[in-house]
Amino acid sequence: MSAPAGLPPRPAAAAAAFSPGGPGSSLEAAAPGSGAPRCQNGPMQSQMQFPSGYGSHLPNYSAPSGHYSQVPNKAAASHLDNQYRASYYPGYYSAPAQNVMTSVGSNVLNAQESHQLYNNTPPHSGGSSDRPVQGAVSSASYLHVSAQQSYSAFDNHYSTSVSSSVASQGFPLNSDHYAMPVVSGAMYPNVSYPPVAAGVVYGQTFTSQSLPAVGQFKETNAFSSQSTSVPHSLQQHVPVGYNTTLSTVSSAQAVQDNLSRNLTGSVPKVNNQINTGGIDSSQPVHSVSQNVPFTKPGAGTSAASAVMSSVRSPAPSLSSKPPSSPSVTQSPELALQEALDSSSTTSSASPVLNNYDALEGGGYPETRSVTSSPVPSPSVLQTSKASKPFGYGYPALQPGYQNATPPTPVQPSNPGHHSGFQHYAQQYPGVSQLSSSLGGLSLQHSQQPESLRPVNLTHDRNILPVSSVPAPVPNLNSDLRKLNCSPDSFRCTLTNIPQTQALLNKAKLPLGLLLHPFRDLTQLPVITSSTIVRCRSCRTYINPFVSFIDQRRWKCNLCYRVNDVPEEFMYNPLTRSYGEPHKRPEVQNSTVEFIASSDYMLRPPQPAVYLFVLDVSHNAVEAGYLTILCQSLLENLDKLPGDSRTRIGFITFDSTVQFYNLQEGLSQPQMLIVSDIDDIFLPTPDSLLVNLHESKELIKDLLNALPNMFTNTRETHSALGPALQAAFKLMSPTGGRISVFQTQLPSLGAGLLHSREDPNQRSSTKVVQHLGPATDFYKKLALDCSGQQTAVDLFLLSSQYSDLASLACMSKYSAGCIYYYPSFHRSHNPAQAEKLQKDLKRYLTRKIGFEAVMRIRCTKGLSIHTFHGNFFVRSTDLLSLANVNPDAGFAVQMSIEESLTDTSLVCFQTALLYTSSKGERRIRVHTLCLPVVSSLSDVYAGADVQAVVCLLANMAVDRSVSSSLADARDALVNAVVDSLAAYMSTASNLQQSMLIAPNSLKLFPLYILALLKQKAFRTGTSTRLDDRVYAMCQMKSQPLVHLMKMIHPNLYRIDKLTDESTIHVNDRVVPQPPLQKLSAEKLTREGAFLMDCGSIFYLWIGKNCDNNFIKDVLGYPNYASVPQKMTQLPEVDAPSSERTRSFISWLRDSRPLSPVLQVIKDENPAKTDFFQHLIEDRTEAAFSYYEFLLNIQQQICK
Amino acid sequence: MAFTFAAFCYMLSLVLCAALIFFAIWHIIAFDELRTDFKSPIDQCNPLVLPEYSIHSLFCIMFLCAQEWLTLGLNVPLLFYHLWRYFRCPADSSELAYDPPAVMNADTLSYCQKEAWCKLAFYLLSFFYYLYCMIYTLVSS
Repeated sequence: MSAPAGLPPRPAAAAAAFSPGGPGSSLEAAAPGSGAPRCQNGPMQSQMQFPSGYGSHLPNYSAPSGHYSQVPNKAAASHLDNQYRASYYPGYYSAPAQNVMTSVGSNVLNAQESHQLYNNTPPHSGGSSDRPVQGAVSSASYLHVSAQQSYSAFDNHYSTSVSSSVASQGFPLNSDHYAMPVVSGAMYPNVSYPPVAAGVVYGQTFTSQSLPAVGQFKETNAFSSQSTSVPHSLQQHVPVGYNTTLSTVSSAQAVQDNLSRNLTGSVPKVNNQINTGGIDSSQPVHSVSQNVPFTKPGAGTSAASAVMSSVRSPAPSLSSKPPSSPSVTQSPELALQEALDSSSTTSSASPVLNNYDALEGGGYPETRSVTSSPVPSPSVLQTSKASKPFGYGYPALQPGYQNATPPTPVQPSNPGHHSGFQHYAQQYPGVSQLSSSLGGLSLQHSQQPESLRPVNLTHDRNILPVSSVPAPVPNLNSDLRKLNCSPDSFRCTLTNIPQTQALLNKAKLPLGLLLHPFRDLTQLPVITSSTIVRCRSCRTYINPFVSFIDQRRWKCNLCYRVNDVPEEFMYNPLTRSYGEPHKRPEVQNSTVEFIASSDYMLRPPQPAVYLFVLDVSHNAVEAGYLTILCQSLLENLDKLPGDSRTRIGFITFDSTVQFYNLQEGLSQPQMLIVSDIDDIFLPTPDSLLVNLHESKELIKDLLNALPNMFTNTRETHSALGPALQAAFKLMSPTGGRISVFQTQLPSLGAGLLHSREDPNQRSSTKVVQHLGPATDFYKKLALDCSGQQTAVDLFLLSSQYSDLASLACMSKYSAGCIYYYPSFHRSHNPAQAEKLQKDLKRYLTRKIGFEAVMRIRCTKGLSIHTFHGNFFVRSTDLLSLANVNPDAGFAVQMSIEESLTDTSLVCFQTALLYTSSKGERRIRVHTLCLPVVSSLSDVYAGADVQAVVCLLANMAVDRSVSSSLADARDALVNAVVDSLAAYMSTASNLQQSMLIAPNSLKLFPLYILALLKQKAFRTGTSTRLDDRVYAMCQMKSQPLVHLMKMIHPNLYRIDKLTDESTIHVNDRVVPQPPLQKLSAEKLTREGAFLMDCGSIFYLWIGKNCDNNFIKDVLGYPNYASVPQKMTQLPEVDAPSSERTRSFISWLRDSRPLSPVLQVIKDENPAKTDFFQHLIEDRTEAAFSYYEFLLNIQQQICK
Repeated sequence: MAFTFAAFCYMLSLVLCAALIFFAIWHIIAFDELRTDFKSPIDQCNPLVLPEYSIHSLFCIMFLCAQEWLTLGLNVPLLFYHLWRYFRCPADSSELAYDPPAVMNADTLSYCQKEAWCKLAFYLLSFFYYLYCMIYTLVSS
């Protein structure tokens, strides 16, 4: 990734060419010192994102510039490289700050000043000054939506609006979140945005936006002159700092005359938008911020005060909102984890990128759905003409502007680090707009993109990125890109879809989608509307990628049918304007949630019903899980998702089945024993499932009593089957969730199982048998449950073989989830006990959706042929999910049935219809748009290696069950061999003697090797059958992020954590040690290493590890005194301890199930577990990474 | 002109073959309904699979007894296919010859549809073949 230093000629020239009125701006680009301001641009901009006091965080501002000093080089490299790249990567960033820039951009155009150094900074001050307003508005909307609190928050909205919104949502207030951009800067330093171009485009955006409204050039001029003046004033203080808005005001007053006319013009508009701001937070926010720069200077003028007052008065306008009118609310969809996750950002009060997320998963910003603002839509209109195959035909566009921009992308592009700069880019929608106005596709063939750079696998030893692997960004034009769905929810294995099946076959890569549809989101536009606009023929929901033929008609992007825009859709609740269907939130966000009407119900929405089926045989009592479960339930009883109708019930079983009558009015819970397990019946028809709120005391009594009720049991049998049948009978009238806790092989009644595992075969290299179910009982039961909207979740806590392969069926086909705690014992195995406790906390409190169905639609020509995950396939594209939980992932394989030659874009849409725990019927829609390519190299360029590996893992699980494990392993190896061979044959200039992979696939062999050494697929190493089956179940049902950690853990060296390259989260400094290769060569006896395996952390301490580290971090005087079973780090008041703990808790916060920490000393028995994860090393049974590469090379040459 | 056992076999086959044709058409319709989403795969509990298999094996046994080697030879491949299907189907449930969770995978579904069409064609052809054979045996002997 080395890049030539100095400024590239290209962007400068491009910038010059771009700026219609801007000698100043081109000067800026060419100026030698422009690197610094440019660099600052990013971080500063991002800081704007965080609406809170700016004054107190000056220190942070200095940091970014340091990190950014290298930026120009990298950007230069990419520019030099080519335009392809520029179009290839980044820029889907939409722009919260866009409107801010609008004014500033035009000022750059017209300023003609020698303020080169500053002319990209005004946006900051502008941003900083108006962000708070934004925060206030959004908080207002939240208040309105959720809490109906007072709007007093606005009084101090400049500093505390965020906190007010935060408080209303129950978030912790994170005062230090600004630090995030700094970090991202540190981690992805090679990003820069030529500000000039940005400015130019902003001007463009601005005019194009205002023109449809007002109409003519004169107005444009007025606006630009106005904005010209504002920046002057802003520029004055920019160098000073960003802490004051007052100075802005004073200086701006000089320009007041100039402004006043325009101000009055803009005020009504502001009013408008702000008022509606209460209804939708994200969008009006932008519009507000757009105008705020004008209002500030005029703080003393009547016009400005009018604006201000309108800012403060969303409440009345809200309350006056007609109930029937379609309203859009930005509801905080948070669950615990995500809240933590995004705590680094403004906790969802305003459309802020989830920087944390971007860092952690290498993903896109969480809030992409929100980032689209009303402003992009003009740009969409504008650009789509050039780039979209089916044009937007809006007459209000200004072709002149569009044509004025020469076709040069000034987009910085940096393939390796896309995720890093999206937030910067987000500030520069104009930048991306440039390239989009050119039509991104026209740039494709100029040069080779970074992701196609050949990597010699056998020579390049360090292919792991420093931090996490980012998701590739589809090669779309930037509007589409920024509208596109977050890769965390929706990922495709090939971000460039091949045109024909033949091409796909040639590439030898699987085509499929990886979905995480019900993920906890911090931000989600929720739309209440009486009509949900859908295509009349394919029933696709309207989405950002449809094209509007005119005001009255839209063309479906999946089936190309032309539909009418319903009358109601013409009214935009955000702007309260009529006739702007393209600005509706449905068309601005690729992830939206609709509140569905009764058309979407087959029956009234069901209440939340939870049934616990508990094993109380001797084995279970001995293991002691009941204590933990009852404790967790007692703690979380009030947090169970649900409304006043929530019902709960308990069944216990050993050789008989016991029911508990918890009917309100009883003095104590009543146990009813049914011993006729061959023909199970319910002893009383009702009062077994009782209302949680009405019978809370009885439930608590029962939970307190349960752990001790069976202490003296001698019953060793387990009649799981009959208990499940009873549970099904109990649940079938309503549907809901059955949680089954099982500790041994079911031995009585229907569904009894026999031990099938031969312990001597555990490490066999040959055939692994019994991966499939022994009986259909559990599958049939699951299907019955699924039909009655009941999901069965299985907690298997066993010390011996329990035939998970058969038991898992009850969850697999009923859309449940499976947890497995091998050798669970409350006191002997504290690590597992702790894990169960944490898992239960998450399990009981996470969001849940009932009676759900998920439909996946794709553009005509593509067809879905296989699904992976826990569900029941109801129809060719419809999954029936009795329950849906935020931790469930799905995978889909696709094929190309018809050639896609007549289209340049394909879209995928998942719609998840579910009943929320509050009894609302909701539809969550994700839409992903990807380009179609015709050449093989483009297909490789767009390969998403993580998605490919996860899909292959899913396919391999299927293969090992239906055929054999050996087959599955061969298929995995063949997948690498075939795809690399196919790649090498396309690149003719490569030497055949080397093993070459495109940059996008350089981690492919490593991940496949990791898969082969994973518990699910490994041979030769002793693996218990249940462990293997559990690993397979996980592969099928985990979302991509978690699965990747399971396949390829992250290894960090943590004994020498420094404060360098840290990020700030929640007032904490989090060190960011680089990723280490999973190889023993990286381990030294002097060090301490942390391995993050997703569900467990191993902390390996070397023998000669620094005593200071052991003392400070572990709290023991020396290595010898560190105990064997240590699962927690003590809180020692030392910097190294603090750093380590903050790093570990940061890692923990990034996932829903908080992993257990296990400290490993050299002679610890758990050592083998740790070393088994060092997948690059050789074991007795498996290749080392290098040997594996040689093996692949050999097979390719054959 | 004699009413031999073979002739009886063919007459019975003729009637039963009509039933098989009906089953095949029923399958085709069922799969089509599945594809077009009119029906839940859970309801697709293949009640006709087992009767179909048993009727067909009855044919084979009858032709074996009647020593109609050619006819038997024509039917043996399908008999083996049925046996293979029957024993390959999951675990202990014979009525799940079409596995509901798997049947909706596009691959499986199109395979099942093709299978149903092929069977329909085969049964139709054999219907006329039995008709011809019946008349032939009745006339020749």
